[in-house]
Amino acid sequence: MLARRIIPCLDVKDGRVVKGTRFVDLRDAGDPAEVAERYDREGADELVFLDITASAERRKIMIGVVEKTAERAFTPLTVGGGVRDLADIRALLLAGADKVSLNTAAVQNPSLIREAAERFGSQCMVLAIDAKRCPKSKVRSPQSDGEPTNVESQTSDVEHAWELYIHGGRTSTGLDAIRWAERGVALGSGEILLTSMDRDGTRDGYDLELTAAVAERVGVPVIASGGAGTVEHLFEAFAVGKADAALAASIFHFREISVPEAKAYLRGRGIPVRL
Amino acid sequence: MIAIIDSGIANLRSVQKGFEKVGVPSRVIKEPRLLRDAAAIVLPGVGAFADGIATLETTGFIDPLRQEIESGKPILGICLGLHFLFSESEEFGLHKGLDLLRGRVRRFPDTVPSSDFGLRSSPLKVPHMGWNRVQQRRAAPIMHGIPDGSYFYFVHSYYVEPVEEGVIAGITEYGLPFTSMIWRDNLFATQFHPEKSQALGLQILANFGRLAHG
Repeated sequence: MLARRIIPCLDVKDGRVVKGTRFVDLRDAGDPAEVAERYDREGADELVFLDITASAERRKIMIGVVEKTAERAFTPLTVGGGVRDLADIRALLLAGADKVSLNTAAVQNPSLIREAAERFGSQCMVLAIDAKRCPKSKVRSPQSDGEPTNVESQTSDVEHAWELYIHGGRTSTGLDAIRWAERGVALGSGEILLTSMDRDGTRDGYDLELTAAVAERVGVPVIASGGAGTVEHLFEAFAVGKADAALAASIFHFREISVPEAKAYLRGRGIPVRL
Repeated sequence: MIAIIDSGIANLRSVQKGFEKVGVPSRVIKEPRLLRDAAAIVLPGVGAFADGIATLETTGFIDPLRQEIESGKPILGICLGLHFLFSESEEFGLHKGLDLLRGRVRRFPDTVPSSDFGLRSSPLKVPHMGWNRVQQRRAAPIMHGIPDGSYFYFVHSYYVEPVEEGVIAGITEYGLPFTSMIWRDNLFATQFHPEKSQALGLQILANFGRLAHG
């Protein structure tokens, strides 16, 4: 049986791993290649690198980080942050990334997803979605150019929805995040990296309702992200959120719990994991 | 020296780094004539089947590769490199492969029968992505020292269906049981990625290196 994946996430700023709360208040958590090597050794199932700042040298730094990590880690690596076009994607893949995640550029230019999937394969195109709870009336479907409030068919018995954000959570789009996930998959994304902005860094647990809503609607794997504070939260992401993978940062970076400890706990509660 | 065939956009660096880590000399090659001096050959691959085969054709790799395989040189196909060895693939239309192994490359179904007597179907997420177990059908030399049922890293939407059951060396379950490893004489191929499968994956590369260098 396919194992559920545990994925430590390395948010990288100016060449260092950092971790914040609700996308701000950053703390230093080490050198990316060293941190990655430690997780590789501990049996992390994959690694995700996200460049969280928009500095001009961002791409150069990330390519250096990817190359250094690929030297030392023998585990799948997803890289994202500031990826704008096919040339960026190709450069990251050549530097050793196995998958590249798109966020802002995909929203601004959805055809980039299709072009990248055709060129490099859906299996290496991850759609990163930053979503925040909002009143249902605030969002519209990404396929329509019309006014808000045309998402009745999707969440009939709840009054809230999730709004899609871009630019590292700084810009709201007015788009329905769940509908965007569906569209992104239709365009060729092979996986969804779904971050709850309400929960990110809070350690209050994943937004399970959001996770399940997306996981039930798309035919590709969904990585739950934002809010992991305990092993119980990881369990819930799989058991309640129906996620295929759970991403966490703080709990692993600051060594509150190790990857093997988390997996042993999950196996004990009946979740299939690779020990 | 192990030759790693450059078939276009594949991430060859990780395969080469894997061999480096286990102390096996390897080299990424773009020229078919270099196959001859290699002790063994790795045929990696990501991306689409038709593009990959077309690239092998235009770069002139197909005939020399066939000759080297027939001469008994050890070869390791990885992922799409496994698919290339088969007769044909259903990926985006029907395309011919190298036909060294008889059979077809097929896509995973979008739904599979549920456990409730198959009366309903449940959705199957495609691509098959992540760590899954390989049940060893036969003791392939590249699996030396690797426990049966170990986890390896997969990422693919298509799988191979060999006509001859005798070439199957490993089986994995994802919605249905599929062939995850092939072994026939000097020909080895894995659906999973040894270069991305941490310690046990590196063990496979080391085992293959030993086959090449004795």
